[in-house]
Amino acid sequence: MDISVIIFYIISVVITGGALLAVTSKQIFRAAVYLIFSLLGVASMYFYLENNFIAAVQIVVYVGGIVVLIIFSIFLTQNSGHRLKKPDGKRVFFSALSVLSALLLTLNVIGNYNFKSNSNNTIEPEIKNIGMQMLSTTQYGYLLPFEVVSFLLLAAMIGCIVIALKRN
Amino acid sequence: MNRIFLYSFTEMALYIHKLLENAITNTVLLQITELAIIGVTLLISLVILCFFLGWMERRVAAFMEIRLGPNRVGPQGTLQIVADTVKLLFKEGLTPNKSDKFLFNLAPFIVVTASMLAIAPLAFAKNFSIYDINIGVLYVSSVSSLSVLGILMAGWSSYNKYSLLGAMRSGAQIVSYELSVGLSLIAIVVLSGNVSLGEIINSQQNGWWIFKGHIPAIIAFVIFIIASTAEINRAPFDLAEADQELTGGYNTEYSGMKFAMFLLAEYINLFIVSAMAATLFLGGWMPFHIGDWESFNKIMDYIPSSIWFMGKTFIIIFIIMWFRWTFPRLRIDQLLNLEWKYLLPISMVNIIIVTLIAIMGWHF
Repeated sequence: MDISVIIFYIISVVITGGALLAVTSKQIFRAAVYLIFSLLGVASMYFYLENNFIAAVQIVVYVGGIVVLIIFSIFLTQNSGHRLKKPDGKRVFFSALSVLSALLLTLNVIGNYNFKSNSNNTIEPEIKNIGMQMLSTTQYGYLLPFEVVSFLLLAAMIGCIVIALKRN
Repeated sequence: MNRIFLYSFTEMALYIHKLLENAITNTVLLQITELAIIGVTLLISLVILCFFLGWMERRVAAFMEIRLGPNRVGPQGTLQIVADTVKLLFKEGLTPNKSDKFLFNLAPFIVVTASMLAIAPLAFAKNFSIYDINIGVLYVSSVSSLSVLGILMAGWSSYNKYSLLGAMRSGAQIVSYELSVGLSLIAIVVLSGNVSLGEIINSQQNGWWIFKGHIPAIIAFVIFIIASTAEINRAPFDLAEADQELTGGYNTEYSGMKFAMFLLAEYINLFIVSAMAATLFLGGWMPFHIGDWESFNKIMDYIPSSIWFMGKTFIIIFIIMWFRWTFPRLRIDQLLNLEWKYLLPISMVNIIIVTLIAIMGWHF
């Protein structure tokens, strides 16, 4: 077996194992820690695919940003150190049902999508190309989605400030 | 470039590579061996570096307070820190009874690993770095943001209110000061038009960015030093481990080698921050060059690049240690005010000015 295949499987085990532990853990802080491992695994998968920029962004945004916020909210919650109760049967049943249907849907889409390599139209994943692509208005440009996302984030920021400013 | 030193780090690395290539024919085995050698060398040199920084910190503190500092163990007290390490090795590694044992023992490793990862793209001498990744600046800032997770983990799992308070303070501090650090790094990225550390150093061939980028580069440098001092939890921003208020903060419950690992991570972070400042603003290993003064630049080239790099780094380390004995500790509200009301707006305006300079080509 090739060494890169072995590395691929190690990363995959970390991603899926971390994700599984995150949802099955009884302590909410531990679940957040397992989530970190899963997200770091995804980042290392990007490194493995030689897409360094996306990998670094994955670490900055998800691990350094979102998980830290999750941990903060855990710290600020009461009783967060206690063990979680076992969920009742009805909840388990319906969550299992929704997860199964999502899994089937994803498998169906992946199965029907025949992965063709479009070698004539690839762009090197360099930071400069990504930036140009983000702001380009040509056919494969991303200016509109970029602007829409910026508006969404701006609205979220203004919402946060309004909530924080509210007195009494 | 003329070479008066027969041995440079680059040649040494090449020599070892050739030697290994002859000895080991299997390429996979060769790569693994080389990785192992790099790892062991890095570990040993980092431990030696931390010994030195620990000694330097105490001596600088003593110098600032007009006393002698450690001077009995070994010449000039250099072996004091070795004695301290031996003491820590023999201490019992306590784990509090009600703590979350798994996370409690994991936290020091996360902190140390995060700081060691950030070493990779740093160039210690000319063409001598572990892995000059093409997104160097972004990589260092992303990887160093991981250490806050270790600190939060340590604070939570210790089952101690002081630890938790320290961890919360540290988290708030690191997350907010990261913005200023990032923005001041972006100033240099905009000026040099590159994110790879190697390319940024090469762009300082005719002068360091702190001189070429006019006043905005100096502002960015000052903001970087202030914000990164806060990010590595050093005085005057050491609220997270304020001994007098929190009996040590997030590492209160740690003892023995686990405590030593936090200390190790702190010194490695200090080194990384100073090395990044030296690389981005002061040219890294690049000798002091002025424009096209050929003969002056030639003379400067005679000083080896590793000495340039280490000299700049240690001057910045000295300045950060100097802070510690000059400024009183900030309160948490003052700390957050400083970031959100002063440093962040200043660095945002600074970015706009830097961008203007870069577009108009006003820099040298």
